[in-house]
Amino acid sequence: MSKSDPNAPKRLALIASKGTLDWAYPPFILASAAAAMGWEVTIFFTFFGLPLLKPKLDARVSALGNPAMPMKMPFGPEGFQNINWPMPNILMANVPGFENMATSLMKQTFKNKGVATVEELRDMCLELDVKMIGCQMTMDVFGFKKEEFIPQCEIGGAATFLEFAADADVQLFV
Amino acid sequence: MTDVIKEDQVLDCSGMLCPMPVVKATKAIKEMQSGQVLKMIATDPGAPPDMEAWSRQTGNELLRSMTEDGKFVFYLRKK
Repeated sequence: MSKSDPNAPKRLALIASKGTLDWAYPPFILASAAAAMGWEVTIFFTFFGLPLLKPKLDARVSALGNPAMPMKMPFGPEGFQNINWPMPNILMANVPGFENMATSLMKQTFKNKGVATVEELRDMCLELDVKMIGCQMTMDVFGFKKEEFIPQCEIGGAATFLEFAADADVQLFV
Repeated sequence: MTDVIKEDQVLDCSGMLCPMPVVKATKAIKEMQSGQVLKMIATDPGAPPDMEAWSRQTGNELLRSMTEDGKFVFYLRKK
């Protein structure tokens, strides 16, 4: 396949296994940048990454997975916005509504800085012919149906991904 | 002074962060003819190294990379 043809485009094989807002970004950023450079890209969505194939994304920040997470305030004077607010675990874990607040603060900070939304990045990926594969096993376990996902995605298993990854120049597990 | 490069199209990516400048440049250059020049403006400090890498990977030549009025300006020729 690609290895035998020196003129074949480079290939990137990604596994997206996490569904929080902060982890939703890397696969779509890498995939769109690689596709923009003319690479062939496949993303395999598995476990908690699978809901990133839903038409409407609801990726949120989970404070618990990020014990060292500093927070930025997306409003006020620049000096105030540049402060990294330390977030004690006790606060992140126990205050009701903390996750909502953390999610909206991160979204607003990203917007202010000019970072595209996860939806926009996914649209870019689709426009640039990034192939997206949903994990059949995860669908069976968590009870997802193909109709719940964007129509551009395909469904497959480990072998489907590995066949592409075997010929890929870069393989990453996110 | 260096020679003036005549662009066929201008793309302003001011305010956008990675990976949008690279993605927007790709979309713009896809619509252009071989040999035409795209002038791209960006404010992302990551854009200069990224556009060099993009140029090497796609084969579209980076004719010039410079700063102008505090912004990064790239001249890209479609291969």
